[in-house]
Amino acid sequence: MSTGTTKLDVVVSDVVPVNDLVTRFHFRRRDGELLPTFSGGAHVVVEMRDGERTRLNPYSLMGSPLDTREYTISVRRDDVGRGGSLFMHRNVRPGLEMVVSYPVNLFSLDRRARKHLMLAGGIGITPFMAQTAQLAAEGGNFELHYTCRTASLGTYADVLRERYDRRVRLYHDDLDERIELDRLLSTQPLGTHLYVCGPAGMINWVRDRAASLGWPAETVHFEHFAAPQPGLPFDVTLAVSGKTIRVDEQQSLLEAIEAAGVDPPYLCRGGVCGQCETNVVSYDGKFIHNDHWLSEEDHRSGCKIMPCVSRFEGRSLVLER
Amino acid sequence: MGITFRKETFRDDFTFKNSPEHIRRFPFPFHEDAYMYAVNIEPHVVGPKGSVLENLIDVDEHYVAEMQDRALVLAEDPLRCQSLPHMTLAGWDLLELLMEQQALGYPEHFTLTRDGDRWRWINRPLGIDDTFTFGDTSTLPYGPMEYITRQSQGDFCILDQRDGNLWMDAGMVTTQADWSLDFDIGMNFFEWHAPVPLAHEKGIFVRALKFLTNIQQGKPARRLNWTMTINPRLDTSPENYHKWGPDRATVTPENVGDKVHLRVELQSFWRLPRSNGIVFPIRCYLIKMDELVTQPKWARRLHRVIRDLPDELANYKGLTRYRPALVEWLSKLDDGSATSPGFGPD
Amino acid sequence: MVAKSIISRPVYGTLSPQPGKHHLFIADAEGALAIAEIAERAPPGFFDDSEIVFIPGPDGKHIAALEALKPAQFHQAPSFASLLPRLRQTLANAHMGLRLYLSGTEGLIGQAMQVALEAGIDHTSIQTEHRGSLARRMQCVHCKGITENVTTQPATCAHCGLLLLVRDHYSRRIAAFQGVCINAEDRSEIPPMEEAFP
Repeated sequence: MSTGTTKLDVVVSDVVPVNDLVTRFHFRRRDGELLPTFSGGAHVVVEMRDGERTRLNPYSLMGSPLDTREYTISVRRDDVGRGGSLFMHRNVRPGLEMVVSYPVNLFSLDRRARKHLMLAGGIGITPFMAQTAQLAAEGGNFELHYTCRTASLGTYADVLRERYDRRVRLYHDDLDERIELDRLLSTQPLGTHLYVCGPAGMINWVRDRAASLGWPAETVHFEHFAAPQPGLPFDVTLAVSGKTIRVDEQQSLLEAIEAAGVDPPYLCRGGVCGQCETNVVSYDGKFIHNDHWLSEEDHRSGCKIMPCVSRFEGRSLVLER
Repeated sequence: MGITFRKETFRDDFTFKNSPEHIRRFPFPFHEDAYMYAVNIEPHVVGPKGSVLENLIDVDEHYVAEMQDRALVLAEDPLRCQSLPHMTLAGWDLLELLMEQQALGYPEHFTLTRDGDRWRWINRPLGIDDTFTFGDTSTLPYGPMEYITRQSQGDFCILDQRDGNLWMDAGMVTTQADWSLDFDIGMNFFEWHAPVPLAHEKGIFVRALKFLTNIQQGKPARRLNWTMTINPRLDTSPENYHKWGPDRATVTPENVGDKVHLRVELQSFWRLPRSNGIVFPIRCYLIKMDELVTQPKWARRLHRVIRDLPDELANYKGLTRYRPALVEWLSKLDDGSATSPGFGPD
Repeated sequence: MVAKSIISRPVYGTLSPQPGKHHLFIADAEGALAIAEIAERAPPGFFDDSEIVFIPGPDGKHIAALEALKPAQFHQAPSFASLLPRLRQTLANAHMGLRLYLSGTEGLIGQAMQVALEAGIDHTSIQTEHRGSLARRMQCVHCKGITENVTTQPATCAHCGLLLLVRDHYSRRIAAFQGVCINAEDRSEIPPMEEAFP
């Protein structure tokens, strides 16, 4: 049985610029029905048809899970990325028909928590928009600490402050405001769970400090979808299907495999869920691993690759696909 | 036209019976003449009309009697229904799922009307007509899980997903095959399956867990499991083992056909949307040997399965004491001819 | 000792110093030896942020050895029941960064863990080391009564009197092994009672 998700036919109902970098997109079902209910922290994979090319990017749902008339996502423009965010910003207009996946949650709240402590950096705020809405409606105990570059790039900072007042703390890089992380982590009541979403550097910093200060790994939750990075083109042989394919500079290995008509399972397309894990039959060259799924040992072994985010440089690569 | 619900009992005088149509639709669990564990999970999609898979949540002629039996069990032992404090939201998810599915499959018996979070639920077989606020526990006579599972056939386990594992943190379990919710609640997937022999060594649970943690919303899955029960007793709990255990010593060559029942569990697995948990309904179907052997293929096959079952499995399933009498009785119905592939009767 | 068991049977390790701001040790009887041994591996100053709660048992040994570690707090209790109010209060006021170390009998480890779970500590983050008696806490699945210090197989339920098979199946929430009627199918079968958990 394939573990892929069911698809939803949607239409773009609104496109709202939020600030210089971020635009919000609203989707409704084409048949006018309600969308499936979801839980705070869930994402959908958005299919982008860009001429010959299909891109599939994951975005966190940021609306309230209590309102499923529409799904909303916020997309930060990445001018040096592979073009998914640029496509969303330039080509997606109200009325456009698109396809998104059913929601999948790889960043779920731990409902046993006595308190939910949330740390967001930049566009990492989006899953917390849904989680705080869900918790607030249930009377849940949460506190959000949100770091952004400047006040004007503090996406939804005003909304969050208005909704939750002192439960939201803002930190602006340009004003040299920093989270006093050690103090924050040392003053939380027993049974608190920590959630962090933001740039890789921030996630690593928070996880590292939390571990040092005695937070068990089970209480520290993080979500970082690695965006597939562009790189040198390379050739791959798919041993099972007997095909040889080329992966372009701007294409991910997974996208190239799909373009050849082979469909590995996937859920996140961001190196997190483990679904598209692929065995390496043989190789001559070096892997550029970008995932958070495989262990360091797996990375060193040269036996496995996550084609959604990782690449290869070298003479030959044969995969069990 | 709707279902004609039988008046029958699963205790004391044991008047439970299957109608001829229900014998034909019985989910016979053996697709070949032998049995061993496997990760036999498949998509839970609608099956042929007239089968137990005609609807994803099956309601049958035993519905009313099973719900009455459940009420008796709960009155004796309220610990059969428990929900750890963080599982209330998942209970609402389950309430929505079961109301939607029952109303969809059996509109003549169940009706769900929604106006925002104001819901009206009509259950005609049980004479229930309640209006409540979805999400507000104070508007129901029980917690959401208990409320709806007092009106739904089968046991229900709600699993919380965290740290790459599934945790049995809530359930309604009154028709179980000898395991205790009260003891197992709070355990993870490996722990509550710990007493199952052989399967751990085969890596069954590691693979099954990997599959289950990736179950997606809108894509439920299912598997069949089976055991045997003496007398059509739904409540074969460990709590009451000292009460029903002696039944196993009452099997004689003369009463096998009436006393020995094949007990099949249709287990399904559904992702719950708001809580991100998984619900695991365990729907129990009983059939006595006299009814089962009306299908000659099933008689031949069951004989071969029970005869060749490894001792550890026979022991785990509690068959040891009466297996010789059962095999002897079934052997008379097995002429040695081949059985056709697949589950269904010929 | 390495009899084949099942996955729900608790597995105990060796106490090892964890990163954290505060360290709470709870031990009974020979469990003190596990604390004394961790002291040899712990970084300097480790016990400055530590509290040791000790139930010495009838022979009253090991108290001086624990005091010699100079923990920030040392508390001696005559029984687990007597230390419960204090333990609950400590956990209710504690912050993230508290690490818990349990050593001694299975009964002590299980009951302390039960209180910790109720306070919101995840069981996998708790350090445990088994020392001393193998006697089990057993819950009768039929009457739900707990029988302490079970050493035989089978064992008689102290509440309802049924003869129970003491399984390896263990519940953290109840802090007990499961006892199931061993002769339910034929009450005239009385298997011999053997010393199994000395």
